[in-house]
Amino acid sequence: MAGATKSNRPLSPHLTIYRPQLTSITSILTRITGNALLVGSLLIVWWFLAAATSPEYFELADAVITSLIGDLIMAASVWALWYHLLAGVRHLIWDNAVGLDIPTAYKLGYAVIAGSFILTAVTLFAIQ
Amino acid sequence: MVQLTLPKNSRITTGKTWPKPEGATNIRKFQIYRWNPDDGQNPRVDTYFIDMDKCGPMVLDALIKIKNEIDPTLTFRRSCREGICGSCAMNIDGINTLACIYGLDEIKGDVKIYPLPHMEVVKDLIPDLTLFYAQHASIMPWLETKTNRPAKEWKQSIEDRKKLDGLYECVMCASCSTACPSYWWNSDRYLGPAALLHAYRWIIDSRDEATGERLDDLEDPFKLYRCHTIMNCAKTCPKGLNPAKAIAEIKKMMVERTI
Repeated sequence: MAGATKSNRPLSPHLTIYRPQLTSITSILTRITGNALLVGSLLIVWWFLAAATSPEYFELADAVITSLIGDLIMAASVWALWYHLLAGVRHLIWDNAVGLDIPTAYKLGYAVIAGSFILTAVTLFAIQ
Repeated sequence: MVQLTLPKNSRITTGKTWPKPEGATNIRKFQIYRWNPDDGQNPRVDTYFIDMDKCGPMVLDALIKIKNEIDPTLTFRRSCREGICGSCAMNIDGINTLACIYGLDEIKGDVKIYPLPHMEVVKDLIPDLTLFYAQHASIMPWLETKTNRPAKEWKQSIEDRKKLDGLYECVMCASCSTACPSYWWNSDRYLGPAALLHAYRWIIDSRDEATGERLDDLEDPFKLYRCHTIMNCAKTCPKGLNPAKAIAEIKKMMVERTI
């Protein structure tokens, strides 16, 4: 019953005082990567659209996407994709009501983070 | 709805710094959230200093010492001082726990104490738990039966009784629910980890005969499914229980009964 209340009672602080936990950080990262991937995929759609429009327009879009910033966005998207996939697999495991004890949940969390970086490195290396 | 910032009347201001104890060598700093419903001011954080050579080992010992010796207006709930009543739940050092069973030696640096997060504050460290209790009542926390009452008691095998371990121990301190970001943003419609743990406790009770109705009642986009397995609940539970697992079990039963 946040915010609008009958009385003048304040709302106690929350986000600013609650200590981040591995599980809460990996959870919000799942959501952030999911949304970021949507934006990243729009860039790819724009690239394809430009290719279908005209050679001049494609040249522009291609220049943007293969620029240094474009490369960084795409590399970050590769990481986001792997992270989101691994976090999704973790959710599939959890949906069976297993792996939810804190030690296992933490191991899965570290595995998702480490796995996402390793797979990103492997992917970037493979497409070089 | 998600509102990341605090409403205007809830923004925290710098409070009073109380004098250090004289002649003490082992001093520790305590920063404690204060709000007085009678002075019309915003909440503030007061700073206290305690001589740790003359203080008990638990956070509650320090709070009682402050109330007795420094500032009698400091207000908080406490009763059993052994982790069974659930009264002294508050946010200590960034996590929700019971002040009476949380050791001061578990905290590094200054001790920061706030009320349970994202709750209406009645005064100082006391949150309004009306909604929390109403949510608990809404899941019918009692044995529902349809068959005739047995001559003596409702019997249960040892194995079936074992299924309640890790659930019945909940003392309703509200640490888990107020640690949950989903509950912060949607407490008006999401039941929260504590109420759902209790719901599961009755759903899997072999003597209960209203399992279907209980599941029907939770089949709702918000009541149950606002749990996104953030797991702050299980991480913070001062009794070591796992509401996240109980909720996952309910979700699993929801799927299993449709296939």
